[in-house]
Amino acid sequence: MAFTESVRVPWVLPPVQERRGYFGPYGGRYVPETLIPALEELEAAFREAVEDPEFQREFDNLLRTYVGRPTPLTEARRLGEAVGARIFLKREDLAHTGAHKINNALGQVLLAKRLGKRRVVAETGAGQHGVATATACALLGLECVIYMGTADMARQRPNVFRMQLLGAEVRPVDAGSRTLKDAINEAIRDWVTNVRTTHYLLGSAMGPHPYPLIVRTFQSVIGVEARAQMLQHFGRLPDVAVACVGGGSNAIGLFAAFLEDPVELVGVEAGGEGIPSGRHAARFADRERGRVGVLHGARTFVLQDPWGQILDTHSISAGLDYPAVGPEHAWLRDRHRVRYTAVTDAEALDAFQALARLEGILPALESAHAVAEAMHLARARPGLWLLVNLSGRGDKDLETVAKALGSGEALENPERSG
Amino acid sequence: MNGIEAVREAFRQARAQGRPALIFYWPVGYPDLEASIRIVAALARAGADLIELGLPFSDPLADGPVIQRATQRALERGVRTPHILEAAARLRAMGIRLPLCLMTYINPVMAWGISRFLTEAVQAGVQGLIVPDLPLEEAEELQVAAGAAGLAWVPLAAPTTPDERLARIAATATGFLYLVSVTGITGARDRLPVDVVAHLRRARRAANGVPVALGFGISRPEHVRALAPEADGLVVGSALIQHAEASGFAQEALLTFARALREAAEPL
Repeated sequence: MAFTESVRVPWVLPPVQERRGYFGPYGGRYVPETLIPALEELEAAFREAVEDPEFQREFDNLLRTYVGRPTPLTEARRLGEAVGARIFLKREDLAHTGAHKINNALGQVLLAKRLGKRRVVAETGAGQHGVATATACALLGLECVIYMGTADMARQRPNVFRMQLLGAEVRPVDAGSRTLKDAINEAIRDWVTNVRTTHYLLGSAMGPHPYPLIVRTFQSVIGVEARAQMLQHFGRLPDVAVACVGGGSNAIGLFAAFLEDPVELVGVEAGGEGIPSGRHAARFADRERGRVGVLHGARTFVLQDPWGQILDTHSISAGLDYPAVGPEHAWLRDRHRVRYTAVTDAEALDAFQALARLEGILPALESAHAVAEAMHLARARPGLWLLVNLSGRGDKDLETVAKALGSGEALENPERSG
Repeated sequence: MNGIEAVREAFRQARAQGRPALIFYWPVGYPDLEASIRIVAALARAGADLIELGLPFSDPLADGPVIQRATQRALERGVRTPHILEAAARLRAMGIRLPLCLMTYINPVMAWGISRFLTEAVQAGVQGLIVPDLPLEEAEELQVAAGAAGLAWVPLAAPTTPDERLARIAATATGFLYLVSVTGITGARDRLPVDVVAHLRRARRAANGVPVALGFGISRPEHVRALAPEADGLVVGSALIQHAEASGFAQEALLTFARALREAAEPL
């Protein structure tokens, strides 16, 4: 019997920050004073955990035996032929619960346990992070409350029911734009109120320090695996790696492993109905409305009016429908290490259908943005090797897609919503 | 007298009368701009020692449902930073002399530009600044600039703040220390936490002579009466809004409540 199975390192270690909590001028900790001791405590627990081989083993064991990692790397041959490139899909859609969100949810629930917290609150947009959090809490026996905007509840109903089945309480948020932004406000208010007993399980690489570092670390398993799989199966790295960017967790999870490589990195924002329409969630692409500001605890690019009021956003994908972007992305953009583009609702829908028909995969509408960008790049630069993070699967989006394609009646969904 | 001196003087005068300074919060633009100016003027005359003018923000993390709803309404009516500054200037023109402090979140300040914001605020007669999403580590730039502009800086501390940190926060205050009474958000509460007096005493010891005003949840004359011997200042916000709403913004009903709060602050 061989006892030499090497321990897989499931993450890229967090980068050293010149100013604590900051990526260049972005990041920080812009939250009410009540939360500062909890953030300090969380950071200390996190720094200890990533150095602790026992924590690493526990996390990696859950990833392998519960999430089903490593997720496959699939070459999309027919799609590649159709656009004249080689396209490789990192199949986070095949992770347990159907998206990459489970990686971070499990990591943070393990941290919550270390902190002795018995209650978890989280926000959700598309519902994927809510489902992942409810799942992780069920697995590890923690009380779970999920805040979700009522507009998102209407367009992602299956996920609402899923969270309830998993034992979570879903609290509707009817304020503001009734989407992810407002769900985060409410989750933070809950956390301020119950901070002594509760862990806030933030789902994206955003928010106050140390969340951007924590989420990046637990999601970097995506990039670590994809990089190894490219080398092992194809003997080389891709030319370009592409991921969609809402808050930016699947993107930073992929990019983290390639930052030192000669690999072009492209992040894709939600272009909604087009940048000039103002109905989008493109913080970088909209030079007029997307300006440096503070939202949800971090200094970063935020869609806002001239007086600093946060603007409502629009995207066909609930998970990208958010007015701020993770602070590390703002820094990667400033340094030209990652290029950020935007893809419209219509382009994402086209890519959704292309992947369904050519590869037999229904991607999440979020991930369809990355597929669309990969198709653009392939057409512009034939022969390119493209790695795409297929961050989630599309089952949750069937109603939205059916409606958008004008075949809503085909599905038994009498209630319609924007 | 600049803002720092004016705020200190307000606390000194209240103390000389053997009572805490009474601080009233009102969101500018609610229920509309004109009415909010009238309400603030009336509150000033009903016995406030200091007024917090709320500058609405779309995502007020530290606020409960009452202030959320009120500020959201103001924003829907188009009230923005210039209107708040205009309201301050008009209050001054009406002869309102007590210190006016702006309470807002950091993003509207950054969006306007820190130095422009401070300059225009001072011109409008604003004398202090309270920014609840700017903890110690992030506050330095604004705090220093506010000091240079003569505006009183009012940092916040919470029940979760350790003594040593509380002392460091208090040391940055040029106006007073805003002590949050509960782990939570703004909003009237029937009962304050049982340990609130201990929390206040601890904070005043750590604050090393800086006046400490308690806020969040204070909503009844009996709260004011119970806390008056313990605090340098008491802040009432959401309860004023609720009283105004309940009477259809009838000024007399609001004034009766404000006067009752003031009476409760007087020494026995």
